[in-house]
Amino acid sequence: MPEVEYGGETFTVDEDGFIDSYDNWSDNWVNHVKEVEGIEELTDEHRLVVKILQEYYEKNGIAPMVRVLAKVTGFKLKHIYELFPSGPGKGACKMAGLPKPTGCV
Amino acid sequence: MPDDLFKSDELLSKLDPTPPQTGWMDTPVQIRKGMYCYASNPKSVEYVGLPNARAWNPLDDDWKLPENWEEIIFEGFRERLDRFRSFKVFMDICVRCGACADKCHSFIGTGDPKNMPVLRAELLRSVYRKDFTTAGKILGKLAGSRKLTLDVLKEWWYYFFQCTECRRCSVFCPFGIDTAEITMMARELFNLLGLNIDWIATPVANCYRTGNHLGIQPHAFKDMLDFFVDDIEDITGVHVEPSFNKKGADILFITPSSDIFADPGTYTTMGYLILFHFLKEQYGFDITWSTYASEGGNFGSFTSHETMKRLNSKMYAEAQRLGVKWILGGECGHMWRVIHQYMDTMNGPADFLAEPVSPITGTKFENAKATKVVHITEFTADLIKQGKLDLNPGRNDHLRVTYHDSCNTSRGMGLLDEPRYIIKNTCKNFYEMPRNTIREQTFCCGSGSGLNAGENMELRMAGSLPRANAVKYVHEKHDVNMLACICAIDRAALSVAMEYWVPDVDVTGVHELVGNALNLSGQNERTTDLRSEPIPGLEGDDGE
Repeated sequence: MPEVEYGGETFTVDEDGFIDSYDNWSDNWVNHVKEVEGIEELTDEHRLVVKILQEYYEKNGIAPMVRVLAKVTGFKLKHIYELFPSGPGKGACKMAGLPKPTGCV
Repeated sequence: MPDDLFKSDELLSKLDPTPPQTGWMDTPVQIRKGMYCYASNPKSVEYVGLPNARAWNPLDDDWKLPENWEEIIFEGFRERLDRFRSFKVFMDICVRCGACADKCHSFIGTGDPKNMPVLRAELLRSVYRKDFTTAGKILGKLAGSRKLTLDVLKEWWYYFFQCTECRRCSVFCPFGIDTAEITMMARELFNLLGLNIDWIATPVANCYRTGNHLGIQPHAFKDMLDFFVDDIEDITGVHVEPSFNKKGADILFITPSSDIFADPGTYTTMGYLILFHFLKEQYGFDITWSTYASEGGNFGSFTSHETMKRLNSKMYAEAQRLGVKWILGGECGHMWRVIHQYMDTMNGPADFLAEPVSPITGTKFENAKATKVVHITEFTADLIKQGKLDLNPGRNDHLRVTYHDSCNTSRGMGLLDEPRYIIKNTCKNFYEMPRNTIREQTFCCGSGSGLNAGENMELRMAGSLPRANAVKYVHEKHDVNMLACICAIDRAALSVAMEYWVPDVDVTGVHELVGNALNLSGQNERTTDLRSEPIPGLEGDDGE
């Protein structure tokens, strides 16, 4: 598995750059994904999305469906894409340290 | 969509079906980014006890194979030739007439000769001849045989994970060779060496552990359906109440988990909830969802017969545990191939279940006598035919709909007219795509058989070209703006394919259309559809 380094911390990632385990998530990881995603400045809106994803994941062991994320944050899908250019899955979930969903999706 | 994927017009202009100058045996495989799926996560492989769990990368020279991998393939091949008569026949009888060659979406979309079904099968047959036929052993290349090498194995892997097991080629084969079964055998051989792809292996592990491909746990499953319940109430003013794991219910409902999780399948699930509520109110219909058997699909069928059997057994175990009469199955593709063509001899007979009869119309579903699983479009079409539903198709008037036959339900079980009957009764505007692209000649979505990952997007978009081209035709001719289908992979894959090739066309499940049209007693003015979008012409009107 490839590794990335940020702020003196080393993370193991999969082929798409997702972190190997939610337990290894940290602030350095957030800043790493911020750079990879090309996000200029982390705002409270970014942090809200990450927080909601993590709360849901800790309770349910899976990312919330996009419709739930939109409803709970009050952000339209378009706005989530403005915040995270790669979208809710490849951008926001990656920053929050969640795994990729697989199956018929 | 990956940033480095070509735009659709570039992909089209790059398409060059000129074969290479070298013969196929002398053209080495080049595993190219965008055309293959990532290797399986060892944790998933280990979880279900499949062979050779380890991290590996298809782009590396060393695939970390077992030392005696040639022997494992030889023995695996021999065992399958003995066990599956069809496999032996398919290895022997092809006359290489080429009728299948241009029928495959993978070949049409990539122009790569090794994606012609005849040549893809020949990749395997050549080794079969060498190892299992006298002529091949003696005459070698003259008899079309070749030795299995690491390069040959890599070539197998690359191309058998570019076949979606759609079986369109088999419709045109004068001998009826089922190339999907050849691909299934090849993938079984890969499994013996631990050469699975992660998009298949992880859903298999998830399904085995938590009951569905996505790994949705029971409380989350209920939470998700509750979310739809709230949305339905917002849209219709009616509170629906699904039941979960109810012992003694008449019927168990099982559908793909992605329709609980991913759009636009979630709207199809809302359609089911609305339909079941209507039937409960009107006729006392008693159906339950399971949080244990919470997956219609079966990615085990893309791995090996044993894995398919293990995952399939859950739905029957749950039906028995709950004591239901029979199972109603949702809009899924390969779920039906597994049930219709394998279940009865694999986990059957399900003699603890009753021969399915609709409790509302009394219709006997004789086709489901052996498996005890009825497809929801058969069930709903019967309700409509017997006048049991109160439908207002006006709420779908803004849609101009065409229908994509899922490969597995059309070619795998002959389900052709029921979905169309439902669409025509819930929508005014329905237009068929050209004849050679529908019904049993339907073109694959390009992402079936577990190939709907993100990293092989070029392959997926190339493979969806023939289907998209037919949609484009009806879009230009009849202003079609909605593509209906009855498969969860279709809903996910065609949404991406439409965005890529025909951006003005959206994708829906058939029961989303039912949910929009069905009148509920006590409903308020319905001015939005199930996607919470205003219905043109009905804003502020009650739509009656």
